[in-house]
Amino acid sequence: MNSKSSAALDISGLSAGYDRVDVLRGIDLTIAPGEMVTLIGANGAGKSTLLKAVVGLVPPAAGTVSLFGKDITRMSPERSVREGLALVPEGRMLFGPMTVEENLRLGAHTRDAEEFAAERDRAFELFPVLSERRTQSAATLSGGEQQMLAVARALMARPRMLLLDEPSLGLAPRIIAEIFAALETLRTGGLTILLVEQDARLALRHADRGYVMRTGSIALHGAAEELLANDDIRLIYLGAWRGEGE
Amino acid sequence: MGAVELLQFALAGLKNGAIYALVALGFTLVYAATGAINFAQGEFYMLGGMLSVWAYAGLGLPLPLAGLVGVAMTALVGGVFELLAVRPRKDGDLLAIIIITVGGSMVLSSAARHLFGPLEKALPAFTSTGTVSIFGAVLEIQSLWILGLTTLAVVALWYLYNRTSLGRAMRACAVNRDAARLVGIDPRRIVTVSFMLAAALGALAGLAVTPLTQTAFDVGPSVGIKGFAAAILGGLGNPIAAVAGGIVLGMLESMSIAFISSTYKDAIALVVLLGVLFWRPQGIFGASRREKV
Repeated sequence: MNSKSSAALDISGLSAGYDRVDVLRGIDLTIAPGEMVTLIGANGAGKSTLLKAVVGLVPPAAGTVSLFGKDITRMSPERSVREGLALVPEGRMLFGPMTVEENLRLGAHTRDAEEFAAERDRAFELFPVLSERRTQSAATLSGGEQQMLAVARALMARPRMLLLDEPSLGLAPRIIAEIFAALETLRTGGLTILLVEQDARLALRHADRGYVMRTGSIALHGAAEELLANDDIRLIYLGAWRGEGE
Repeated sequence: MGAVELLQFALAGLKNGAIYALVALGFTLVYAATGAINFAQGEFYMLGGMLSVWAYAGLGLPLPLAGLVGVAMTALVGGVFELLAVRPRKDGDLLAIIIITVGGSMVLSSAARHLFGPLEKALPAFTSTGTVSIFGAVLEIQSLWILGLTTLAVVALWYLYNRTSLGRAMRACAVNRDAARLVGIDPRRIVTVSFMLAAALGALAGLAVTPLTQTAFDVGPSVGIKGFAAAILGGLGNPIAAVAGGIVLGMLESMSIAFISSTYKDAIALVVLLGVLFWRPQGIFGASRREKV
């Protein structure tokens, strides 16, 4: 594994919570540049809170976060996006009354106006359906299209590190496949990805490595194939899938 | 009542409605950015008139320049007010912010009284004190200025909202503050800008009206209430609805004079305010609150 200084994202001893109740307790997590890493775990384990603490939506109580060697602990989200960190948030959080095009323009808020068109065309290449919907308001899109827009919006800032919070939630298998194919394309293009997923099997199939989170701390981590083969993981996190879609 | 008289009342209603619309837009802008009602909005209307008079009579500037100075200085006051009084309240507690604006309005009107005295002030008409005749009804030229400036302000605001990066960021903040932060928008900056714009709109109304009605340190609250009623009537947070609410309120007032009695004119705004809050809190143009996405 790479040394810490060359990590894309290095989370060390991170604790955070709401109203003095710690949701995260001493999280250590490292991602090398170009890796796709997944964070799995049951509902309420603290996966979303971890992503929020990394981007600065939730203030960390202790620990450090660094991005490509730069300390971004307690940096506000509006600053960390300028450092190359983008989050596709839980529930997508689109600008519903605004058009697809406007959502993308907002995604490029930190970029120059001249860069926008090229960036948008790249997003349309990744998700062609969005270009057909460009003048439609985000709220009128289907769930899958909304998730694609959420990913595309985050990409407009040209991040070096992309965080995704449950991009498969509530979507049909065909759409999920399309979104994960796009993530593969992005990874091939050199983007570093941290993916939070409830569908552990799906996530581990695409990721290089995985971290398993249990009630606020990392229970174990390892290569994706190892975790897929791990008996405890199979039982606890993969057991509910009865070979669905295979 | 003849058609000409009715038209006369309608024109007066339109003129007042335009003023209410500008003040209502100020309420809407601050509401969109913070979720709070800015009860100092009426004071911006007062300051627009008072500071323009000061620039015109005190500094001896030509009237167009004096008006510009008055509006620009009020916008500055709006920004400073936000930075000093609203922003320090970091948790964004709505009730606290609302009470801060109530206190701020008292500070602003007291300051105006100390600086400019308790007497009424006037400005000359922008171009002419004359009138025009419209199908027999009479309208002051200055009223045409009021309608023209309101139209201009609405068009400018529409352009800002729909065609500029700042306007898009303002709308994004109103829809989802956290999502706006994630794409790199600093909501605190949007709040400051919104206060400045709201102050400028209120000031423009105060400036345009002063040649007709004069102004004084204490004109803010009554206009503030009417602008608030207009904003509520239209549906808070929607600029087009705020303008429509202003015009409708102006018309209602005028028609109440025409058909009932001028005694009740000022009560109309309050009746409208209460009526809307009881029966249609989302306003006449507001969709029922249903958040998708």
